[in-house]
Amino acid sequence: MTSELDIFVGNTTLIDEDVYRLWLDGYSVSDAVSLRVRSGILEQTGATAAVLQSDTMDHYRTFHMLERLLHAPPKLLHQLIFQIPPSRQALLIERYYAFDEAFVREVLGKKLSKGTKKDLDDISTKTGITLKSCRRQFDNFKRVFKVVEEMRGSLVDNIQQHFLLSDRLARDYAAIVFFANNRFETGKKKLQYLSFGDFAFCAELMIQNWTLGAVDSQVADMDVDLDKEFLQDLKELKMLVADKDLLDLHKSLVCTALRGKLGVFSEMEANFKNLSRGLVNVAAKLTHNKDVRDLFVDLVEKFVEPCRSDHWPLNDVRLFLNQYSASVHSLDGFRHQALWDRYMGTLRGCLLRLYHD
Amino acid sequence: MPGKLKVKIVAGRHLPVMDRASDLTDAFVEVKFGNTTFKTDVYLKSLNPQWNSEWFKFEVDDEDLQDEPLQITVLDHDTYSANDAIGKVYIDIDPLLYSEAATVISGWFPIYDTIHGIRGEINVVVKVDLFNDLNRFRQSSCGVKFFCTTSIPKCYRAVIIHGFVEELVVNEDPEYQWIDRIRTPRASNEARQRLISLMSGELQRKIGLKVLEMRGNAVVGYLQCFDLEGESGLVVRAIGTACTLDKLSSPAAFLPACNSPSKEMKESPLVHPPSHGCRSTHNSPIHTATGSRLTQNFSVSVPTLIYTGMGSGSAGKEGGPFKALLRQQTQSALEQREFPFFTLTAFPPGFLVHVGGVVSARSVKLLDRIHNPDEPETRDAWWAEIRQEIKSHAKALGCHAVVGYSESTSICEEVCILSASGTAAVLNPRFLQDGTVEGCLEQRLEENLPVGCGFCHIPYDELNMPFPAHLTYCYNCRKQKVPDVLFTTVDLPTDATVIGKGCLIQARLCRLKKKAQAEANATAISNLLPFMEYEVHTQLMNKLKLKGMNALFGLRIQITVGENMLMGLASATGVYLAALPTPGGIQIAGKTPNDGSYEQHISHMQKKINDTIAKNKELYEINPPEISEEIIGSPIPEPRQRSRLLRSQSESSDEVTELDLSHGKKDAFVLEIDDTDAMEDVHSLLTDVPPPSGFYSCNTEIMPGINNWTSEIQMFTSVRVIRLSSLNLTNQALNKNFNDLCENLLKSLYFKLRSMIPCCLCHVNFTVSLPEDELIQVTVTAVAITFDKNQALQTTKTHVEKSLQRASTDNEELLQFPLELCSDSLPSHPFPPAKEHLESASSNSGIPAAQRDRCSSWIELIKLKAQTIRRGSIKTTVTVEKASPMGEGNFRNRSAPPCANSTVGVVKMTPLSFIPGAKITKYLGIINMFFIRETTSLREEGGVSGFLHAFIAEVFAMVRAHVAALGGNAVVSYIMKQCVFMENPNKNQAQCLINVSGDAVVFVRESELEVVSTQQPTANCQPSCTGGEVTT
Repeated sequence: MTSELDIFVGNTTLIDEDVYRLWLDGYSVSDAVSLRVRSGILEQTGATAAVLQSDTMDHYRTFHMLERLLHAPPKLLHQLIFQIPPSRQALLIERYYAFDEAFVREVLGKKLSKGTKKDLDDISTKTGITLKSCRRQFDNFKRVFKVVEEMRGSLVDNIQQHFLLSDRLARDYAAIVFFANNRFETGKKKLQYLSFGDFAFCAELMIQNWTLGAVDSQVADMDVDLDKEFLQDLKELKMLVADKDLLDLHKSLVCTALRGKLGVFSEMEANFKNLSRGLVNVAAKLTHNKDVRDLFVDLVEKFVEPCRSDHWPLNDVRLFLNQYSASVHSLDGFRHQALWDRYMGTLRGCLLRLYHD
Repeated sequence: MPGKLKVKIVAGRHLPVMDRASDLTDAFVEVKFGNTTFKTDVYLKSLNPQWNSEWFKFEVDDEDLQDEPLQITVLDHDTYSANDAIGKVYIDIDPLLYSEAATVISGWFPIYDTIHGIRGEINVVVKVDLFNDLNRFRQSSCGVKFFCTTSIPKCYRAVIIHGFVEELVVNEDPEYQWIDRIRTPRASNEARQRLISLMSGELQRKIGLKVLEMRGNAVVGYLQCFDLEGESGLVVRAIGTACTLDKLSSPAAFLPACNSPSKEMKESPLVHPPSHGCRSTHNSPIHTATGSRLTQNFSVSVPTLIYTGMGSGSAGKEGGPFKALLRQQTQSALEQREFPFFTLTAFPPGFLVHVGGVVSARSVKLLDRIHNPDEPETRDAWWAEIRQEIKSHAKALGCHAVVGYSESTSICEEVCILSASGTAAVLNPRFLQDGTVEGCLEQRLEENLPVGCGFCHIPYDELNMPFPAHLTYCYNCRKQKVPDVLFTTVDLPTDATVIGKGCLIQARLCRLKKKAQAEANATAISNLLPFMEYEVHTQLMNKLKLKGMNALFGLRIQITVGENMLMGLASATGVYLAALPTPGGIQIAGKTPNDGSYEQHISHMQKKINDTIAKNKELYEINPPEISEEIIGSPIPEPRQRSRLLRSQSESSDEVTELDLSHGKKDAFVLEIDDTDAMEDVHSLLTDVPPPSGFYSCNTEIMPGINNWTSEIQMFTSVRVIRLSSLNLTNQALNKNFNDLCENLLKSLYFKLRSMIPCCLCHVNFTVSLPEDELIQVTVTAVAITFDKNQALQTTKTHVEKSLQRASTDNEELLQFPLELCSDSLPSHPFPPAKEHLESASSNSGIPAAQRDRCSSWIELIKLKAQTIRRGSIKTTVTVEKASPMGEGNFRNRSAPPCANSTVGVVKMTPLSFIPGAKITKYLGIINMFFIRETTSLREEGGVSGFLHAFIAEVFAMVRAHVAALGGNAVVSYIMKQCVFMENPNKNQAQCLINVSGDAVVFVRESELEVVSTQQPTANCQPSCTGGEVTT
């Protein structure tokens, strides 16, 4: 006796959250069944393994049918085939678009292309996330990217409109799209200590202040592309380190203000010129795409690492950066105050977030 | 020209991509009714076209309005080649033809294609202007209401229940016409869908005419089925109960009682047919009748059993003369009808006087080609034969009517089994004719009817019992005789007193049969049938006893014929009726006494059975009050003139004393184990596992013993097909496979629905079919309803209170018994608080509903939030630009989606006639839909399971969409009448036909009813969003 056909269709589509998770995690039906058995569900319910098998198959089939709709979540809301309560719809969408930290760290900043897709095998082996799940997550990134890439309006907003994600998840996707578009390097060894959250935080700051959308909310790509003009202008900052008087003046202003307030004052004093050169040179180089990509590598190399080797406490870093940015206003010979603020305001936020072990 | 049909095509959405080059579609719509076709403009390059057409007007006869469906075809325009069809929508406009039902059909309908399934949706508005028809000889029956519900619909009152109406129409099956060889599968499927839709319309119109002839205005318990007879044709047949219904809200204004032409007949002297002893038609000969003309017509009438349990009746006691009169009246009222049958399963209080037992008849026929579709005499004659048999069975049980009546067929190749079954009963004449019955007589009769047990009293003559029986005095009133077991096909009457809870009881049986041709095959089948019936009956009886119960309700026996086997599946809901005696146990007796180990085995088995009975009694809370012997014995038999009567009286009083030993050996049901077969039977008895705790199941409308339903319901359909290993199949192996299949299916259901605990599976409806040699298909449709466990524990009330409480739910009907009520309700003051309790419960259940509503706006919330965030960001970054027209345009664009995004309205579906915690305020008409789905890429669609899963989901979606378009928010009395699945995995093909029906209704939650008493609920359920799509 073999079961040829075995289905269950409810007027309200039944969604089992646990099975949904297993499906999202890319387990095969038989793996899912054995995982469910291990969870002790048989004992709790008095069911048999055959029942569990049939139930799992059924849910998988449902999810498979729903997947097409999940690719365009507004369709899930409008479709008539599956009657699903709105709270469940929201759960289905949110979970489908959720991603693994380990996975996103591997893909963040890479081009979302076929080439990267081929590497998913290695990522799967490396992270222990099933290939199926990797594919889903990658395809989600790519799908969201394709839809919002050339759209005008706020990035987070657009993502929320078209994918009906929660605020938090939409912000994460905004970061992923932003990183993918600008191809920031995040995979270098010295960047390994950074979490996705760190990058997402920086992305948000950069979107708010460094993109086209920061000045004009009506252009296409406003939140995805950096403001080219702004990047060009950043060259002007170079005089802060090129002009020796300006540099000295800047240093003395900072040192005066911070004397006695910093635990690592002497180290700061000794390193000031190096640090300042580092920060300003990063700005000046941003006209080249290659250097834009290396932004985070540079920030870590030029600022985070030197400070960390001198054991600066985070609070000292904060005090220094505040003073470092503020003091520029007192430099009479320097005309690009607004430019400096737009650059340093964001950079300060990013550096503070990046500064940890 | 009595009607004008107006159709407007508004828009489409989610259309499939038809042009690969542009990834878009150039869609237009054809609207067809009868022979007239209109077209919309082509809407170029869009998957969400906005046609906003003019009103297409069709001027048509109302006959056509009833028969024809409105056909809407969506096509993709192609300049160079033929236009490609995207899909179709069939809209049955019948609901627009009654005055009280829907006034407009408007909403999103799934565009359906028989090969691709649902492909997008289309927004359509349909209206009908009906003119008064002056033609007396009209062929239409507009205005007759149809209900699938097998009880009097909730917002109506039955003025008169006229009785049985039936009709059938036949045609050639397009699938078997010569043209099918050259046309595409799609064309063939569409021809079939259209034909069945047409035939259904015609059938309904013809039945309507019959109802008008009877001066009724509605058909209740309307059941329409189709028989796919293959080569020999397509039969669509329907039965129902004609009624005159009166809308409850309208104050008793009703057309004057029609002067029925039956008056004279009523005066005709009543001839009570003498019932003749043991009743069974075993003697009915197998006659090979050569039918009309050239056709060979083979017919076998099959011996049929009458299930009643045991009983010997007393026709007249105290109420004698009145009862006789009553009988006389009903008799005459019913005699005018050819078939005194009623398809109802639940009745107004007082309608059902006595119940005799289940009557059923089957006959095996050989199909032949239908030569003249306009004169379906052969099929008519077949059914007439069977109905006649049912009628005579009922007579033999001393009953003049059959209630809970249904008919079915099972077809395999050219053999067809026709089956009919129902419950023989004595009815109260008051409902059957106009109110000319003398009031005083009625009143006295009603006083004589004891509450909650009257229907159990035997209607037949104790002296001329139709079968060997076993009678006792009623355990409730102790005045009348009752049988020890009662089987019926109806729902449990609301006033019946039940102890404990009920449960689903199934008998399952397979019999192998040799493959044979034509007559030999039919003969083989008809030879097997009586044995199957007998075994099914025995199994039911054993299982009932094992549960410690004494009555079966909603009994439905299905016999299915296949190439090489016969399957029998009986489902019923077992209960313990307080009026009936405590069932005896089951005793096992071995045939070979001298074997020690065997004896030991037997006694071991006996112990197991006794344990199971005890366990079941505990599980179902069956603890009947102990009745002392004196009370039972107390009614002293009245002196009778006839000595025979006296003798029987003394016999039955003997039995009473014996019965009091309840578990004594004598009355116990003895199972003899004389061979391995019997051993298997006993084993199978014990293998049925009860549902996990927190679950109950029944196949009736509601679970006896549970009456505190909460509002959560989940209707579902589950289908399983198993392949038997063809090697050495034996009856035992087959039985085991079938048994396992059913049990596993139930187990799966319990597991799937575990989050609803405590809950009850109601109206569990199993259907078995044998699509191929080694395949068994079981289809189950049921609804899971949650209930409040805490309250369930408190329901040990006296039956008076209970019946009062029940009556209060049907409060309107209650008014018909003012006398009884007042006298009873005055002393029992605990009633009002109990009601309050109920109300508080319903409001409690309202809370989660509100929460759900809040959740429903979750997505909205996201959007709103998104918007505010957006506004915020604009403000902070570019304050200057706020005034620019660009910005404003953008704003408007953004605020549009939330209103267009109002999520699809929820439509509930249930096989029950009611929705727990809600009140049905309007019936919008019947839904009767037929779909075919075919695929030539079975593997790609997920195999057979994926294919059928998607199809059933689509069928649900289409039913919901039609209900929503009518302005409704639920389907009640939903039934999947057919699910014919055929596969050919080698060719990567499969085909499935599904036929569903139900009543579209508007319901209002009781909790909401208090808040918005006057507001029309239709507004909120209508998917009124015609606004623009989200910008894409």
